[in-house]
Amino acid sequence: MVQIQFLFNFEFQSTFKMDSNKYLDDISKIKDLMHRSSRFISLSGLSGIMAGIYALTGALFTYLFLLPEPGQYLTLHSWNFRLIIIILISVALLSVLTGYLLTSKKAKKNNEKIWDETTKRLLISFLVPLVTGGVYILIKLNSQHYGLTASLMLIFYGLALVNASKYTLGNVKYLGYAEIILGLVCAALPGYGFWFWIVGFGFFHILYGSLVYFKEEK
Amino acid sequence: MGLIDNINKLFDHRIRLGMMSILVVNESVDFKRLKELLEVTDGNLASHTKTLEKAKYIVVEKSFIGRKPNTRYKITKEGKAAFEKHIEALENLIKQQR
Repeated sequence: MVQIQFLFNFEFQSTFKMDSNKYLDDISKIKDLMHRSSRFISLSGLSGIMAGIYALTGALFTYLFLLPEPGQYLTLHSWNFRLIIIILISVALLSVLTGYLLTSKKAKKNNEKIWDETTKRLLISFLVPLVTGGVYILIKLNSQHYGLTASLMLIFYGLALVNASKYTLGNVKYLGYAEIILGLVCAALPGYGFWFWIVGFGFFHILYGSLVYFKEEK
Repeated sequence: MGLIDNINKLFDHRIRLGMMSILVVNESVDFKRLKELLEVTDGNLASHTKTLEKAKYIVVEKSFIGRKPNTRYKITKEGKAAFEKHIEALENLIKQQR
């Protein structure tokens, strides 16, 4: 009787072990599908580094040639203001283009599609705060409020990142939080907007990009 | 009460389990995308969606995009609850083994 019981237990245990492996396998499949179906592939780290470098280059150029003399203000219709806007737009476009090229290359390598429903949702949730901020800044500039431009750019960009991070792998949201905090500090310290902008769009991108890059390499 | 009691037999299949995993994190997903993600044939997918629909775990929405028919799937409240219970049961089973 005892032996039978033992045998029974033994039988039960061994089939149970097998089942447990199957269930573990199930769980990993569930996780994988949840991720693949709802999360966009992470942006490549290199694109973050490049975005930072573009921002720094643009800022350096602005610093050397375009900043007004001490005591003077930038006005909306001056030639240097227009050039600064052109630089800003080219930095943004170059960053987006680089991000797109590097990410689609990575997607191809991993056999993933770059343009699907998740990408669409990612872009929308990224663009809503960003465009809101952009328009708001333009309205403010039109009424001669230049002071908070850098701070507003950082804050709205940070909000856009946090909002979009729902659809990305990785830790974009921490970059977003960092930009928001920096933007708020910047708002509290008027006059240093240019430098905060350099830290937020230049150094933070390079730092974040390198962290992602080294994680990818591992 | 046995440990296996909470394991949902309906989810004891790769495709149905996969479908639930996808639907639980997406508002709605169309047929084509499900097919791509799960790497199955039309017929196979259709039969499994029917099973889940019968169990009221998912709902089907048919519409047209232009002239093309578009079928979208959504998870129901019951489906979500059942899936969560299933995951919990899996978790407990695995915990017991360690």
